[in-house]
Amino acid sequence: MTTTATDLVPFDEALERYDPVMGLEVHVELNTATKMFCGCPATFGGAPNTNVCPVCLGLPGALPVVNGKAVESAIRIGLALNCEIAEWCRFARKNYFYPDMPKNFQTSQYDEPIAFNGWTEVEVDGETYRIEIERAHMEEDTGKSSHVGGATGRIHGADYSLLDYNRAGIPLIEIVTRTIEVPGEKAPAVARAYVQQLRDLVLALGVSDARMDQGSLRCDVNLSLKPKGATAYGTRSETKNVNSFRSVERAARYEIGRHAAILDAGEKVVQETRHFHEDTGTTSSGREKSDAEDYRYFPEPDLAPVSPSRMWVEELRGTLPEPPPQRRRRLQAEWGFSDLEMRDTVGAGALELVAQTVSAGAAPQAARKWWLSELARRANEQGVELVELPITPEQVAQIQGLVDAGTVNDKLARQVFDGVLAGEGSPAEVVEARGLAVVSDEGALSEAVDRAIEANPDVAQKIRDGKVAAAGALIGAVMKDMRGQADAGRVRELILGKLS
Amino acid sequence: MTDLISLNAAGLADELASGGTSSAELTRAYLDRIEAYDTTLHAFLHVDAEGALAAAHEVDRKRAGGEELSPLAGVPIAVKDLFCTVGQPTTCGSRILEGWVPPYDATVVSRLRRAGLPILGKTNLDEFAMGSSTEHSAYGPSRNPWDTERTPGGSGGGSAAAVAGRLAPLAIGTDTGGSIRQPGALTATVGVKPTYGGVSRYGIVALASSLDQAGPVTRTVLDAALLHEVIGGHDPMDSTSIDAPVPPVVEAARRGDVSGLRIGVVKELGGEGFQSGVQARFEEAVELLVGAGAKVVEVSCPSFVKALATYYLVLPSEVSSNLARFDAMRYGLRVAPEDVDDPSAEQVMAASRDAGFGDEVKRRIILGTYALSSGYYDAYYGSAQKVRALVARDFEAAFEQADVLVSPTAPTTAFKMGEKLDDPLQMYLQDVATIPGNLAGVPGISVPAGLAEDGLPVGFQLLAPLQADDRLYNAGAALERLLLEKWGGPLTPPEVMA
Repeated sequence: MTTTATDLVPFDEALERYDPVMGLEVHVELNTATKMFCGCPATFGGAPNTNVCPVCLGLPGALPVVNGKAVESAIRIGLALNCEIAEWCRFARKNYFYPDMPKNFQTSQYDEPIAFNGWTEVEVDGETYRIEIERAHMEEDTGKSSHVGGATGRIHGADYSLLDYNRAGIPLIEIVTRTIEVPGEKAPAVARAYVQQLRDLVLALGVSDARMDQGSLRCDVNLSLKPKGATAYGTRSETKNVNSFRSVERAARYEIGRHAAILDAGEKVVQETRHFHEDTGTTSSGREKSDAEDYRYFPEPDLAPVSPSRMWVEELRGTLPEPPPQRRRRLQAEWGFSDLEMRDTVGAGALELVAQTVSAGAAPQAARKWWLSELARRANEQGVELVELPITPEQVAQIQGLVDAGTVNDKLARQVFDGVLAGEGSPAEVVEARGLAVVSDEGALSEAVDRAIEANPDVAQKIRDGKVAAAGALIGAVMKDMRGQADAGRVRELILGKLS
Repeated sequence: MTDLISLNAAGLADELASGGTSSAELTRAYLDRIEAYDTTLHAFLHVDAEGALAAAHEVDRKRAGGEELSPLAGVPIAVKDLFCTVGQPTTCGSRILEGWVPPYDATVVSRLRRAGLPILGKTNLDEFAMGSSTEHSAYGPSRNPWDTERTPGGSGGGSAAAVAGRLAPLAIGTDTGGSIRQPGALTATVGVKPTYGGVSRYGIVALASSLDQAGPVTRTVLDAALLHEVIGGHDPMDSTSIDAPVPPVVEAARRGDVSGLRIGVVKELGGEGFQSGVQARFEEAVELLVGAGAKVVEVSCPSFVKALATYYLVLPSEVSSNLARFDAMRYGLRVAPEDVDDPSAEQVMAASRDAGFGDEVKRRIILGTYALSSGYYDAYYGSAQKVRALVARDFEAAFEQADVLVSPTAPTTAFKMGEKLDDPLQMYLQDVATIPGNLAGVPGISVPAGLAEDGLPVGFQLLAPLQADDRLYNAGAALERLLLEKWGGPLTPPEVMA
């Protein structure tokens, strides 16, 4: 059974009859210096198959050794999600054949995760929702296949495939929620807020770059519907590798509509993995997941068990950043934001960006203004997240600094944003290169005012007659003459001085 | 040259140290032996004359320069073809790795190189060490120097045949269920399986990770101890490697004093199913030890009767996963399926594995895949783990009553080629006495105990508690000395000896 976009039941209508049940699996790629089980650099990029060794290539005889830093990161993530930390746990082998998996098994944790039974709270539209965390476990990433030829970029129909094992063995933490049951209309936004908050959390922990666009933070959205009032869960779909916060929300909305259409037609939802398509906002069938898929998990005999001492765990607890809800409340108080301003900031995924901009010296309201208006508009136009814009919070603070110093006005500042976003350099370099600085040369300004008075004798006379409001027309003429690069306040002073 | 060939490794080390010979001369002598006799024995899959001689000259140069050398420096050695070796193929006795030359050395191999032991070549084995006769080698079986119509045991039959046939003074093997000790018994060589984790597994192509252990194959107990010291000790590249000093094995081998030692005869590892001549030599050896001051106790380890069945669930399970990497994608044999145009990766994997693996390997992969399957896991793999814990507990209890446990190493003497090839269960029974030690990780040694009624060698097995490997060497050396006194010299195979 496959459905197309035209079969979707509209979101609101679907929620009249069904309640969504979600589960979210987030993979966080750790930013450790080396891979999970060997000494190869765990860096992003690099020429294919250069960051490899006998261990991560799975050569005969090679053995894994656990990266202690990765265990530390896993424990800190677990603690930040209020999890219990296992006193003793093991890795397991997940057996299946695939060319990008060097050993044809993935070394992962299975029934003995390092962290389990946790929770976190997210905020949507001012409401708080508690998300239960089932587990956070350690595993290794696979290599990367590129399928060449064929229409879809999938293995099916490809002429050949290229394999890059640089990514093989990069440490991952998989964070799995328990089922999330929140009011249906909030479900997609809650999913998004949760992923956003996880990202902020791992960034604050300093354990990952958490770049969804680069795949260092990946989310699978598991979703099923149950008829209103029913208690039994329906069959779920697993939408894989949803690569932006916005997509998390869109994928959940899409799947709600798709499942509703299937159920309305009296048909059965197929348990399968699905791929999300950023361009159309739709999902399509991946592979069917049946009971026949048997990973034959068993404890990894090549690795000693991991048994973090309680003392170490408590030591790590002492290194945790402030929990997100407290942090939000504290920042709101410090910044003097209204509830609405705070909600918008959080909702736009701009909380950490604003915080970093404030840290870099900008006033909170100014930081909020730039991120939620000027930059939000641009991100929206480009269909990207704020964080993906090629501008840093430090640069935003520098631009605000230029405004505060009177070097540019708000209007010129927008051109500075254009320049920085276009990759023309730092704000100062853009001002310099584009010649955007406000003209503070009194002589040039005075001459421009004189020209405006001469060109507009009628207006000048009105001002002389005491109609000060008419000065606006002359200011406009001067600003035009100066191509905007003048301090409007100073121009006004000069005009009134000359005509009084 | 016969003088050199008749010396054991400790004797050769003394000759080298005193300038009586050079490593180059010695290595050349062994290469000549290999050339003369390996067409008969087929102990080697690959001989590296050039590499061995280069290493020998390097040691000679260092010795001439007065550099301090490892005790075994300059004594040549053979290495089972399951260890990764830079510059020499590593086939594991399988078609699927034919011609594969590893880009790295196993830790054991790099320790041998560092200690200056020239590596003569790679020895034959049952494919991926699965078997007890070397008949499962894809490159043909090795033959027993005591009777070339018979197998030298397995899987490490190549290493044992090389040492017994005087084609190498020393060899390295691996023991997962008895692959060092059983060939030792069948060829009258000394074979040691150290405590699990005592010798690094890094670079040994895995059979069953939780059971595999590398160890010495030698002519004497002291030689084994000297070699154990070279290869043993912690390796950060193997997370199951024990982070503790090597037990004082050489000192123990030199001591060889059993007075007051409690020797536990394991009831379940003897009697029914054991050849009468094997049982007789075993009992005589126990008497000899008693005569030297040891005390005998009979101990019972009831779970040992389930050890073989347990082993054949644990081992295939790990095999099914360990051998999954041989998929023709990155190295080794690649076969395109017949009658398929434009085959998929999966079809190439299947065709290559079908062509590259032998029957015994396939049998175990299928067994293990089944044992780990959802719905069967608890009944098979899960139950096996429980019995494994019982075996370990039986050992612990037995070692409260005895300092070492003893049994015949193998139930029979060397069997004829083909005799058990079509009967896997009979073949598996060869390891009935050695397998419990692997399941519990405890160390074991096989020491030659004389010839049975059929004129073929019998092995005497000693087992010690975890990390008490030195006890094996102490008691083993005592028994060896007593037997040598009795025989008036070492047991040497009648055939292929110059």
